[in-house]
Amino acid sequence: MTHMSDTTPELASWDSRTRRLIMLYVPLGCFMLILLFPFYWMAITAFKPNGELLDYKTNNPFWIHSPTLDNIRKLLFDTEYPRWLVTTMGVAFGATAIALVASVLAAYAIQRLRFKGSKWVGLAIYLAYLVPPSILFIPLAQVIFSFGLFDSPMALILSYPTFLIPFCTWLLIGYFKSIPYELEECALIDGASRLQILRRITLPLAVPGLISAGIFAFTLSWNEFIYALAFISSSEKKTVPVAILTELVQGDVYQWGALMAGALLGSLPVAVFYSFFVEYYVSSLTGAVKE
Amino acid sequence: MDHTQALAWTPPRVQPSWLARLLDWKPALVAICLAPALGLLLVFLTYPLGLGIYMSFTDTQLGKPGIWVGLENFEYLLTDRVFLNAVWFTIFYTAAATIGKFALGLWLALLLNQHIPFKSLIRAIILLPWITPTVLSAIAFWWIYDPQFSIISYVVVDVLHLRSKYFDFIGSPWPARWSLIAANVWRGIPFVAISLLAGLQTISPSLYEAAMLDGATSWQRFRRITAPLLMPILAVVLTFSVLFTFADFQLVYAITRGGPINSTHLMATLAFQRGIPGAALGEGAAIAVAMIPFLVVATLFSYFAIGNRKWQQGGSDE
Amino acid sequence: MAEVAISGVRKNFGSTAILHGVDISVADGEFAVLVGPSGCGKSTLLRMIAGLENISSGEIAIGGRVVNNVAPKERDIAMVFQNYALYPHMTVRENMAFSLSLAKAPAAVVTAKVGRAAGILGLDQLLDRYPRQLSGGQRQRVAMGRAIVRDPQVFLFDEPLSNLDAKLRVQMRGEIKDLHQRLRTTTIYVTHDQIEAMTMADKIVVMQGGRVEQIGAPLDLYDRPANLFVAGFIGSPAMNVLPGVVRAGACFVGDVRLPLPAGLGREGMSVSYGIRPEHWRLDDAGVAAIVRLVEPTGSETQVTAELAGVKIIGAFRERVSARPGETIHIAPDLGHVHLFSRDTGLRL
Repeated sequence: MTHMSDTTPELASWDSRTRRLIMLYVPLGCFMLILLFPFYWMAITAFKPNGELLDYKTNNPFWIHSPTLDNIRKLLFDTEYPRWLVTTMGVAFGATAIALVASVLAAYAIQRLRFKGSKWVGLAIYLAYLVPPSILFIPLAQVIFSFGLFDSPMALILSYPTFLIPFCTWLLIGYFKSIPYELEECALIDGASRLQILRRITLPLAVPGLISAGIFAFTLSWNEFIYALAFISSSEKKTVPVAILTELVQGDVYQWGALMAGALLGSLPVAVFYSFFVEYYVSSLTGAVKE
Repeated sequence: MDHTQALAWTPPRVQPSWLARLLDWKPALVAICLAPALGLLLVFLTYPLGLGIYMSFTDTQLGKPGIWVGLENFEYLLTDRVFLNAVWFTIFYTAAATIGKFALGLWLALLLNQHIPFKSLIRAIILLPWITPTVLSAIAFWWIYDPQFSIISYVVVDVLHLRSKYFDFIGSPWPARWSLIAANVWRGIPFVAISLLAGLQTISPSLYEAAMLDGATSWQRFRRITAPLLMPILAVVLTFSVLFTFADFQLVYAITRGGPINSTHLMATLAFQRGIPGAALGEGAAIAVAMIPFLVVATLFSYFAIGNRKWQQGGSDE
Repeated sequence: MAEVAISGVRKNFGSTAILHGVDISVADGEFAVLVGPSGCGKSTLLRMIAGLENISSGEIAIGGRVVNNVAPKERDIAMVFQNYALYPHMTVRENMAFSLSLAKAPAAVVTAKVGRAAGILGLDQLLDRYPRQLSGGQRQRVAMGRAIVRDPQVFLFDEPLSNLDAKLRVQMRGEIKDLHQRLRTTTIYVTHDQIEAMTMADKIVVMQGGRVEQIGAPLDLYDRPANLFVAGFIGSPAMNVLPGVVRAGACFVGDVRLPLPAGLGREGMSVSYGIRPEHWRLDDAGVAAIVRLVEPTGSETQVTAELAGVKIIGAFRERVSARPGETIHIAPDLGHVHLFSRDTGLRL
């Protein structure tokens, strides 16, 4: 949705090419450079052999002279990376699934069923989002421990929904709002029970919202750190973000190549996901913020 | 059946199953729908919140249940220089990073709001810092801030010859603080920019055209049209940004772990350090709980001071 | 039999009363139109007949059965919404067949019923399209088709033509009326447009402020409005109303003498004199009026003029050559004079 047409408009006579260049393209270029550079740096470091990494005198550090897959190989075969990846994927999908089911039902109840006090329930869920994990992690650790879930990915699958549900519910309420209430009234007259309305009318129409919420939840799960750090101690059960930070540093020597390879590979799943679903990300961001 | 029979068919009266009847009863349906969400939130959020507040008044240790000690933890913390420093730095970090993020984010949003080629691609690329897991981009920054191999130092010293010594990004307190703030701003710009961009796109171009005809300069157009109309979204984005920056953990933990000499500890990282490696859970809980008043104040302030303007009260939407 | 009986129905939202006791009866097969300005309660009443709103007090009976506590799907009604309410993720065929698929009807039944409805409305070519691919008029027909498939006792229409442009509205008006003549199903139709009411209804119910002002056949309401509100609401341009006093068998508006039919009005009474624009005649012996505006529409000439300080409109068959500021002489057609009490607004 753009206000200006997608075809290049005529340059207004008081606007000049150079003015545009200086005021628009140069700053924009700088922003893009600054925002993207760390990734570039991360990526080429991952493919540089150790000797080249630490030596800026011989070769231009901005380029790879003898690219190598050593760091990647080390990461994939000498560490538990595949295991970490599987664990993190499992946690992300599991938590997302739970959060989506809970959120869809809650959003439907709050927005469509219009019961007394629905506003308060909505507000309560919204407020839950404002309680950051860094406040909760200590007592939550106790709770996890008392459930016997300490050091198990299940702990994460159950605790991640605490920050996923509020956001997803919020998002889905917005989507449900865009479905005209008359559709459900019409279905009521046509003879549908509430459950049939949910299954055949409301849910199919909310699919874009579900996708957006799901993608967001997946990303947020992948990005979570403090619970994963606090609740899981065995090195093979860790999630990717935690593992890369804690498992790849041996003694005082930082193996930058491996670290960067880990950072790169750790970001890949989310980046791949992202590239397929960019529109959904942007729309869920803007949708969430607008309401 | 033949055509006339088909036309005359009426639906049989079927008694719905007890499940369908139960779900048609509104109260039951509402309860069932809300149960999973509220259940999970109660067990894993509300209860721990209360438990955390309780724990801050005890001397619980890791693996050892504690006894009630009243305000002892808080009394101790008030005399602890490390804690006080953490409080101060958390506020400073939040303020500085927020100003940076919003100034630059707004600028970027204004740039993106103009007509540029490949806008969708650029928008997609710009979101990358926000999409990647914070820890992993933090590691990249850790590498960029390395005292010996920093690429920034290399460029400034060896290429441009602007300095003679490599930067010591994270070796001493103040540079470390600014380095962290810079990393936080880097990570936060995309979210702010894209959100504000959405807000900017709701402002009709005809408002700007009318103002131009009325004789307004660029700056005046920004101040009198863009800024006020952007306030609602700004309030929401600001509230979240302040909240999550204040409660930040990943970035500082990944790059400095709170060092050097505890100078870059945020309240969250200090709580972690005291509580888990340090095994003093009660104390850790106390630090975490101490964050709550600040968060409440900051949230209320940014939401109400910026969010509610008279001319925005219009139709109610819920 | 599918008559609808509304007795003493009231509706309150919290402490605000929307309907203050409404009595309407619609005979089997009749086309009844509820008409009135926005906020008069007509849509609320329709939704109460449908079962989408609760009835605060009173009774609604469909086909002799009281339906106050009966769920919408049990009332054997179908409704056409103002915004069509077509399910966007279903094709036209699926939209029309929705109620049948809920009842798990056999495929042959679905084909027969949907086919019949599509045939009546000319939708056969559109059955596999999605609502977003249809024009406004087509969507309207699909909404009606969905109602026809239900084969209900009563059709309810909630301002179905408001979203269409003027030309399409005229066309659809005819189609709906035609449909009614074919199917002869009891129909209750809500609109704020009095022209729709006049052209389509067997019986019009004029409502205002939650009350029924008058019920009757269109021409009855036109020729004999029961009060000032109905007189001003029905008919376009609206009826001229002049405040005056009855003296010596005539109505005096200021100094101007307007004739009254014999026996109408009591001496000294304060009245409102009503005369429709088309019932003024150009008459040299009539009263003088100062022309303000002349608007020829081709088939007639509408003249806005000032008579005794009151703005009036006349619609004349002949071409009027007078210009603004000039004086014309007009006289009312005595057979079409209406007199209303100034206090109560009721017809005398």
